[in-house]
This record gives sequence, structure tokens and C-alpha cells, in this order.
Amino acid sequence: MNRRKLLQLLSKGAAAGAFVKLSGGLAQSKIPQGATESMKVLGATLREYGERSEFEKDVIRYISPNLRSRHTGADFAPLEKLEGVITPSSLHFERHHGGVPNVNPADYRLVIHGMVERPLMFTLQDLKRFPSVTRTYFIECAGNGQNGYRNPPDMTLTATRSRGLVSNSSWTGVPLSILLKEAGLKEGARWLIPEGQDAAAYTRSLPLEKALDDVLVAYAQNGEAIRPEQGYPVRLVVPGWEGSIQVKWLRRIQVTDTPVMSKDETSEYTDVMADGKIYAFTWVMDPESIITYPSGLQQIQRGFHEIRGLAWSGHGRIRRVEISLDGGKSWKQASLEPAPDALSVVRFKYNWVWDGKETVIMSRAWDEKGNTQPTQEEFFAKWARNNRYHYNAIQAWRIGADGKVVNGDKTLAGAPAQLGAVGRGGCGGES
Amino acid sequence: MRRKWFYLALSALALSALVLAQGRYQIGTPLNEQEVQEWNIRPSILANGIGLPPGQGTVDEGAKVYATHCAGCHGSSGEGGAFTRLVSEPFPITKETDSVDFAIGNYWQYATTLFDYTRRAMPFATPGILSNDEVYAVVAYILYQNGVIDESEPMNAQTLPRVQMPARALLELDPGTQKRFPWLKLP
Repeated sequence: MNRRKLLQLLSKGAAAGAFVKLSGGLAQSKIPQGATESMKVLGATLREYGERSEFEKDVIRYISPNLRSRHTGADFAPLEKLEGVITPSSLHFERHHGGVPNVNPADYRLVIHGMVERPLMFTLQDLKRFPSVTRTYFIECAGNGQNGYRNPPDMTLTATRSRGLVSNSSWTGVPLSILLKEAGLKEGARWLIPEGQDAAAYTRSLPLEKALDDVLVAYAQNGEAIRPEQGYPVRLVVPGWEGSIQVKWLRRIQVTDTPVMSKDETSEYTDVMADGKIYAFTWVMDPESIITYPSGLQQIQRGFHEIRGLAWSGHGRIRRVEISLDGGKSWKQASLEPAPDALSVVRFKYNWVWDGKETVIMSRAWDEKGNTQPTQEEFFAKWARNNRYHYNAIQAWRIGADGKVVNGDKTLAGAPAQLGAVGRGGCGGES
Repeated sequence: MRRKWFYLALSALALSALVLAQGRYQIGTPLNEQEVQEWNIRPSILANGIGLPPGQGTVDEGAKVYATHCAGCHGSSGEGGAFTRLVSEPFPITKETDSVDFAIGNYWQYATTLFDYTRRAMPFATPGILSNDEVYAVVAYILYQNGVIDESEPMNAQTLPRVQMPARALLELDPGTQKRFPWLKLP
């Protein structure tokens, strides 16, 4: 900026300041007028089930206008509008294949059959009688990050639309290992085929070893019954693995010696790799992080900011999260809160004073197994450009000199790529 | 973690000598095979054909079923419409194939999946209304449209598991999964 421009700006600013002084001369106060009104009247009465403030009604899940049906597809948790690490149950991302069934718990039954000594049927009350386990786990759609497949990048991307197909809840239930022991596994049993009570009678194949390790048959989420859209009354929680295997509205588990190769583990939720192969059973969610503040479409000003974000990994605990303030040239360590739990979301924070210069900020997570996030180029060296799942490359945000924040990802060489606009269900939620 | 739960369970078990003696909690209602069948209204079809019901359907019959129940969403001959494309561009898919063109003939790896999914979840708004014969027929029609089977070949519990899908040749187990589960093999 030259001296002449600076003087012009300064004089404009001085004029504006003078106007404010004049017009505000009568009753200008720093105290908002409505601030003390509530102290003069009685407030609302007790109520049996709480609701959030009427002023928070714009904190909602993002549903893409491009969806062809709201009975299948996904919506996104509004990450940049949330704090801490627990996703409120009402804002947990959704992914359905045939709508949300309305299951009456009085009619609810879970049947375990197939290669077992004793086929058993459990009521909801039966399940609650067993020893319980409460753990905080993230659930993430395999299609989370799918907007990263766009080339050139979407300049209207928000943190929600970048990584909002993840949510983190406290889950309570009975370990599946206990139920399997109750039914008694037969020699040769290797697989479970869980089935949902939705219109898609959704099924997947789950190896017995994982089921015996840490899988929960969950009936509570964040201290109350699981929400209908999360699987009421009972769902599988398969820690660290793609959300699509964590069957909701769980009604049946068949024990077998072979996987079923259902539609959602063959034609979907398989991955096209850069070498042209298709990978099946890409279950584990690789490490991810996303800066939620400052993030896409937000506006910041010069001065102090606490950079905030979320990190998680399906391989175990997050060990550290690094922040770059210079487009990936150098990295600094963020602080983590709370102490990271395995297979659970952690919040990262970094104190920063923005000097008003254009820059690109990034985060990358490292887990306890030494896994980290790739750059876009590294990601596409392994996964094909036309793949649909497991995108976990570093998300960059560009902060302009005007304080506006936009997607800072690079345009990659090669063919442009859009998400399927028609003809395809999208667990990425936008096609 | 598995061990922790095991010990949790074990300490609870110790409260009851009777339960401990049996190693179980004695919770849940045993079902006989017929009761299991009653509950299992949409049985899973495994890749080896286990679970396929009696019945049969031809390509011609399938064309009628398709026109009535499927064409509204998937296009008059499977080219895709409001919903997913079923009939594909030629196999194989490549890195250049737009994912909207992934379809049955170039991406689905098991013919049994087509029966399982169609009977399980289709038609989208009225799942479960097709008879087993109708499912066999529409499966035959879709496989024929994709050039996978001959027009004269009816589909039934014997023929369907023998149908080789071209995309099976591209499918491999994720290497990380193979490392963790060395015994795991894809059908």
C-alpha cells in the first residue's frame, strides 16, 4: 500500500468514527438494552425434557441440496459450530439406506443364530441385564472427506462439509463377546453377519476376532437411549472401523464360516486404488484431523486466535497433532484436550496471533502406531482419483488479507473430478 | 481391552455360584430351528450360494418384472435414472471411469450379491414384495443386460452361484486387513 492510499483510508476511517460519535450521542451505552430484561420477569417453568436455547436453532446438520432422496444418503455434523469432543446426539451425522425405522422396544428382539450351540433371542431388557461397558468412541462414515476428491477443490467448502461425517459419543452396551459366549460358538465359526431392522435389512460381514475384541451391542448414547437415527434401540459399535459396518437397529446376527459379500461391502465401501485394483474390507479408519476454527467461509480479524480442531484415528490413540501456519513448510505442536482416549476424538488447540498477512493453515494428526495424514499428492499416489472413500489428506484453509477463510487445498494436475452428480447414492452425502 | 471386559464379566459371574458353574449368565430365550426361520425373513445369501431359495426365473420374465418394479428409478433398461445405474460401460473400470458409471457388469464382484440385495432391499419403497421367482428373473435380466449371461440361461440356486462376474478379477483384500487377519480369504 502506498502512502497516498494509506492517507485516504485513514481519512475515511476518521470520518466514519466522527459519524458514530454524532449519531450515538443521545443514548449510547455499552450495555445491550435487553441484557437485564430477564431480571424483571419470571422465567420459563420446569419442563420434563430440555431443549436448547431458541437462539441456537441455526446449529443444525448439513443436508446437501443435491440429494435425490432423504431416505438414503448422509448428512453432516456441524463441526465448526461445536465445542469439546462429544457430539450432541441430535447433531450426530446420519447415514441411512432405507430411512429411519420406528422400532417399538416392546417388540424388539435380537437373535443370534447360525454356527452356535444355542440360538438365542434377547429382549432389550435381557441385553440390559448383562454386565455393561461405557466407552467414548468416534463413528466415521467411510465417505468422510469425499469432497476432497473434487478437482479443482470446492472453494465453498466448510469444515462441516470437509469432515462432518464423523461424530463422537459415549456408548453404553454389552460386549458382543458376552452374548456370543452365551450362545456358544461352534468350531469353525469365523464371521458374523449382523442385520438391521430397517427397510434395507442392512447387512455386513464382521470377523469374529474383532467382535470378541471390543465390539459393543450398544443401547445408550451419551447417557440416554440411542437416538432413532443412530439405531434405536440397539446398534453395533465397532470401534475404529468404518461407520457402515456398525449396523444400526440390530435385529439378527448370523454366525458363519464365510463372509456374505453383501452389496455394501462389494459394490460400495470397496476402494479403487491408484494401481487399478479394488480393495475389499478396508475397515480401519486412518488418522484424520480438521481445523474447525478458523475454517472455510469464516471471517477472522487481526490479533489473537485459538486455533481449534478435532483429531481421531481408527488405529488407536492420537499421539500428537501438528499445526502449520505457513502452508506446510513448518509444523508446530498443538495441545490436546482431554487426554486422548483410544479410538475417540480429541480436541487440539494452538495459540496464534494473526498479523493480517495472507497465509495457509493446516493440521495433521499422528496416532500411537505412527500413522499420519498424507498430503493430497501422497494420498492420490495410493488411492485412485475416482475412488469414493477413506479420503484423509491434510485439509488446508487459506486466510486472505481480508480475513476471509476459504478452502486452501491445491488444484491437482490431471483431469477435473466432480462427485457423481446423478445416478449414485453417496455416503459422502453430497452426490 | 478384550481382556479387561473378560475380567469384568468374570467378576460379575463370581456373584452367582450357579451361573459360574455354567460359565454363562442364563439370559435370553433359546430358539429352535423353526423359530429362527420365522425371524429370519430375509436370509443372507452367501457367495457360495448357501441361502438361495428354491425357484427360478428367466431373462424374459425378468424384463417384465424390471419394467414394473425397477425402471422408474433405474431407467428403462438399467442405464440409470433418478437412481443408480445398473447396466455398465464395458468392463473393466479404469482410473478414468467416472464413479457414477460403476455398475453391475463392471464393478459388482459376486452374482449372489445381486440376489441377496434385490430380495433384501428392493424395490426401494416397497422392499420384500417380489417373490423368489421374480427375484431370480430380474437378476437374470440384469445380468443379461450387462452381458454377463446368455439370454437362454435361467437363474436358480444352482446356476446363479456359478456366474462369474468380470470385476471379481480386480478385487483384492486390503493389505492391512490381510496382515491383521492372515486367515482371511475372499470368496
